[in-house]
Amino acid sequence: MTMANIAALPPRNYLNDGYGIKSWLLTRDHKRIALLYLAAVTFFFFIGGSFAVLIRLELATPPGDLVSDETYNKLFTMHGIMMVWFFLIPSIPATLGNFLVPLMIGARDVAFPKLNLASWYIYILGGLFTLYALVAGGVDTGWTFYTPFSTVSSTTNVIPTALGIFITGFSSILTGLNFIVTIHRMRAPGMTWFRMPLFLWSMYATSMIFVLATPVLAITLSLVAIERLFHFGFFDPAVGGDPVLFQHLFWFYSHPAVYIMVLPSMGVVSELVAAFCRKPVFGYRFVAFASVAIAVIGFLVWGHHMFVAGESVYSALIFSALSFMVAIPSAIKVFNWTATMYKGSISWQTPMLYAIGFIGLFTIGGLTGLFLAAIGLDVHVTDTYFIIAHFHYIMVGGTLMGYLGGLHYWWPKISGRLYNEFLAKLSAGIIFLGFNLTFFPQFILGYLGMPRRYHAYPPEFQMLNVLSSAGASILGIGYLIPMAYLMWSLRYGPAAGSNPWDAVGLEWTTSSPPPTENFQRTPVVTWDAYEYVEQVEDVVA
Amino acid sequence: MPEALQAAGHPAVLAHQFDDVEQQRQATTLGMWVFLATEILFFGGLFAAYLVYRTWYPEAFIAASRQLIVWAGTTNTAVLITSSLTMALAVNAAQTGKRRALLSFLLMTMALGCVFLGIKAFEYYAEFLEHHIPGPNFQFDGSEFRHAQLFFSLYFVMTGLHALHMIVGLGVMSVMAWWVHRGVITDAYYGPIEISGLYWHFVDIVWIFLFPLLYLLGRHVHG
Repeated sequence: MTMANIAALPPRNYLNDGYGIKSWLLTRDHKRIALLYLAAVTFFFFIGGSFAVLIRLELATPPGDLVSDETYNKLFTMHGIMMVWFFLIPSIPATLGNFLVPLMIGARDVAFPKLNLASWYIYILGGLFTLYALVAGGVDTGWTFYTPFSTVSSTTNVIPTALGIFITGFSSILTGLNFIVTIHRMRAPGMTWFRMPLFLWSMYATSMIFVLATPVLAITLSLVAIERLFHFGFFDPAVGGDPVLFQHLFWFYSHPAVYIMVLPSMGVVSELVAAFCRKPVFGYRFVAFASVAIAVIGFLVWGHHMFVAGESVYSALIFSALSFMVAIPSAIKVFNWTATMYKGSISWQTPMLYAIGFIGLFTIGGLTGLFLAAIGLDVHVTDTYFIIAHFHYIMVGGTLMGYLGGLHYWWPKISGRLYNEFLAKLSAGIIFLGFNLTFFPQFILGYLGMPRRYHAYPPEFQMLNVLSSAGASILGIGYLIPMAYLMWSLRYGPAAGSNPWDAVGLEWTTSSPPPTENFQRTPVVTWDAYEYVEQVEDVVA
Repeated sequence: MPEALQAAGHPAVLAHQFDDVEQQRQATTLGMWVFLATEILFFGGLFAAYLVYRTWYPEAFIAASRQLIVWAGTTNTAVLITSSLTMALAVNAAQTGKRRALLSFLLMTMALGCVFLGIKAFEYYAEFLEHHIPGPNFQFDGSEFRHAQLFFSLYFVMTGLHALHMIVGLGVMSVMAWWVHRGVITDAYYGPIEISGLYWHFVDIVWIFLFPLLYLLGRHVHG
């Protein structure tokens, strides 16, 4: 670290407010907790990613030659579990959300800082159980734990894994509870609901899902564990239970969970589009209410996962119609971002590249979702690679692009330093290319009939599978480069200053990194979000 | 608020992130309500399962329901409702600053909670003696063996989860009683009593739904 850089950073900030291990592990500062989460979710991301590497290696050739079928079952199961519960769900809310919610509303901290720290420990405890299940031999039920396989047949570590997910769920609930109360009760004077950045609306909508959906997963996994341990009957047909009831309960959580993953990313993209087009987000209230609408309607579509599992024609029709409806608020957002870009002064910095990548990939993911909401077509592609491609476009193309975009946008605020813009743009491009090469062929594979969750496949599918595996290796490199230059910037990056993007928003009015109490004095807000108007007029003049 | 002023006028019970006691009280109350929303959905999965199976197998559920000890369930309902009364009186005593009354109402609430759990344990023991615990040793006379087992699975998990919440509630009340005894709770700071009360009433209300669903529904249908 050079002397110049030390001098340029604010002398007193949350990063140098205590150096010992205890000052981190016992911190109640939401910004430090965000960094604890950042380290943890990155760890689980790379664990989950390593399973993806093995899956794509196996699928490079038609016969099952690298791993046995049992091992393959465990690979895709652990990939799903690690990525869904330990990366995607906490990714944006627990890191960027934790860091930004108090800053964006002008508060000193979240409403319940101790609970916030507790949620991190709960997350870690759940992660340890899941890691234990992994080293003890893994689990092979798929991330969906479908009964009766998970309760009666499987001989793998179902209970430790389910326990890990059960525990981790409570960290989600506590985070959601904290955000709801913080947004309701901790806003600075003048920060009305409709002056809030759209990121906060999406955090609020996400928190609603955290609080209302996660407990249903908790009780469902408890029932699986009780049925497995004590042979109580809930889902086992041998004692009069119904396995489809499990699917209903599971997807009552797990479909809204998809919106837990993508809503925060949408919030990030709203911020990025405004900042890099230098315009207010077009139709602010529509975008804000679209977040709430997605959260609400998202609770009513779970039945589209059971179109082929035994569901009455009428409920299938209704679930299909509701699934089409949830596309409307999503489309409103895409249109409004596009309208924001229209005639904006667009600058092509790294976060904006991710935002544009998000809009394109999310659109493909969303539109293919409509294919799946159509009952007839869904019957054709259920449990094929079409499904895999669809939800990876939402979760990787959507959530992960938004996460990386947000991380690059707020990194100067978090670390106080700038990263290498050239490498950042390069890796954004690599990720975009690698992602599409990995997952676009899977749409075709699925449409041609390749089923998911098999470690071997007929030779005629090899060409597309090799393309996909090649894309995955490019994608993997794309993820490693940001790791390297972001770590590098922590030590050697030039000081960013409080507002490197010349953006609006309360988080940019305090120093980078912010002081522990966030603001020297509580801000009084007299302006709307995204007041970039004057600057646009300046350009015109 | 500038940092120095805040430090000067900040009461000890006020956490640093809040501006005043009223904001803190509103935040903790809202937090408890949000938590209760989570709890409703936590029990909700079980209620959904119950409703599905009850609709499918009404005869089996009625037959199995008749095996429960209805006087024990009725007594427990009365005990719990009374405990909600003493809890409400405790909150009132906290708000009006009557410390001795607060402490005794809290202790009465806890005592009633213990009575409830005692009767529940007696019921579980009786079911155990009759081999009504689902699993390999389950016994049930009649043609409804399989679906009666389903009823008992739900009965034990629903009442068990409820009892677990009662035990947590007793823990919370013990802390509250300790805090009152130590003078942490004052007539200026009684938010914890209020939100503990919310939790206690919630657990009570869950029982108000469990009791008719498990003990009473269809009990007097002859056929």
